[in-house]
Amino acid sequence: MLLAILLQAVSEGAGLGIMGAGIGAGLVALGAGLGIGRIGGSAMESIARQPEAGGKIQTAMIISSALIEGVTLFGVVVCLLIAIA
Amino acid sequence: MKRLFVLLFSFLTLTAFAEAPEEGGEFQPGDMITHHIADDYTWHFADGAVVYLPVILVDNGEFKVFSSHNFYNEHHETVAYDGYALEHGHIVKVNEAGEPLEDHAGLYDFSITKNVASMFVSVALLLGIFFVIAGRYKRNPKAAPRGIQSFFEPIIIFIRDEIAKANIGPKYERYMPYLLTVFFFIWFNNLLGLMPGGANLTGNIAVTLVLAAITLLITVFSGNKSYWKHIFATPGVPTWLAPIMIPVELIGILTKPFSLMVRLFANITAGHIIILSLFSLIFIFRSVAVGPLSVAFATFMNFLELFVALLQAYIFTLLSAMYFGGAVEEHDHAEDHH
Repeated sequence: MLLAILLQAVSEGAGLGIMGAGIGAGLVALGAGLGIGRIGGSAMESIARQPEAGGKIQTAMIISSALIEGVTLFGVVVCLLIAIA
Repeated sequence: MKRLFVLLFSFLTLTAFAEAPEEGGEFQPGDMITHHIADDYTWHFADGAVVYLPVILVDNGEFKVFSSHNFYNEHHETVAYDGYALEHGHIVKVNEAGEPLEDHAGLYDFSITKNVASMFVSVALLLGIFFVIAGRYKRNPKAAPRGIQSFFEPIIIFIRDEIAKANIGPKYERYMPYLLTVFFFIWFNNLLGLMPGGANLTGNIAVTLVLAAITLLITVFSGNKSYWKHIFATPGVPTWLAPIMIPVELIGILTKPFSLMVRLFANITAGHIIILSLFSLIFIFRSVAVGPLSVAFATFMNFLELFVALLQAYIFTLLSAMYFGGAVEEHDHAEDHH
């Protein structure tokens, strides 16, 4: 099934680049999901252990998710440029 | 109140598609979306409600000011005017036959485009609101806040206490004007971009580039001795590593504002694209049944974007404050680096 789709994409030629953008977007979402999910999970755990430090943990959580998101968005922009161009 | 919300929702969902695809032509979601997120010489609120913005050109030292209405004939097709024409959203020089010339030397475009007009609106709004607030504090600083002042005071206090004081330290006061300005500028423009017919200003990489460049300049110019020492002679690193360390540290100075730029640009642009794609589904499937689902998702995304608008303004301000904090931080303790 997958092979057939791949073969068709190769025979069409131009579609391959678009497919790359789609796969890239999927991988980007996977990476960001894993990264931010881990941060969120750990933050939840730490807040549950130490509710009084909740504010500080939340700030640190937002900063590190923003940093991960920044790298993710580089990938998204690349995919977008492939898809549009 | 409930009626107001219903009205607002129907307005929000309607105007995103005020520009119907041209009759007879196939609906192209990609073209529609790029048209909506890109800058333009006209401000298109709805069909029939178009503001033609002024075009200001400097052609080899000669000023040319005219309305962008001249670029369109009565059938909304682009036409050449006075030796200029629109090509792929840019103004180019053309010859008598209307073909673009090869040589564009000396042509500079200072037009009031959709983004610039939207920025003027936001600046007028910001100046109006904050001069009123600042005036009240000046006149009677001891009085309790009232009106719009009570809405903004907690936000200003939050930026001062949680962002500036917490990340910059005792020298935070010098940076407060910039941090407050950048926070409210980004937030207001994000929200204006979400309004029906709004321009995608903070989703324009040129705008975010300038904002990030200001952060970079302030960081570099407020860098103290220990900041530069950490870049050119990082404590605890052997001297023979300097040829590797110094370029890496110098690139590090630039990557911070670069990520600020891309983060804001991509977040806002992605939000716009998602909402427009959800609306496009109705036109792709050509079915009324898809409508409610698509509108429900788009409404959800709109609420998410309201949160993202605030979050991105917060992140930009917070990270700027952290970079300033890193530049003015005093390192008294040598043992920190072991």
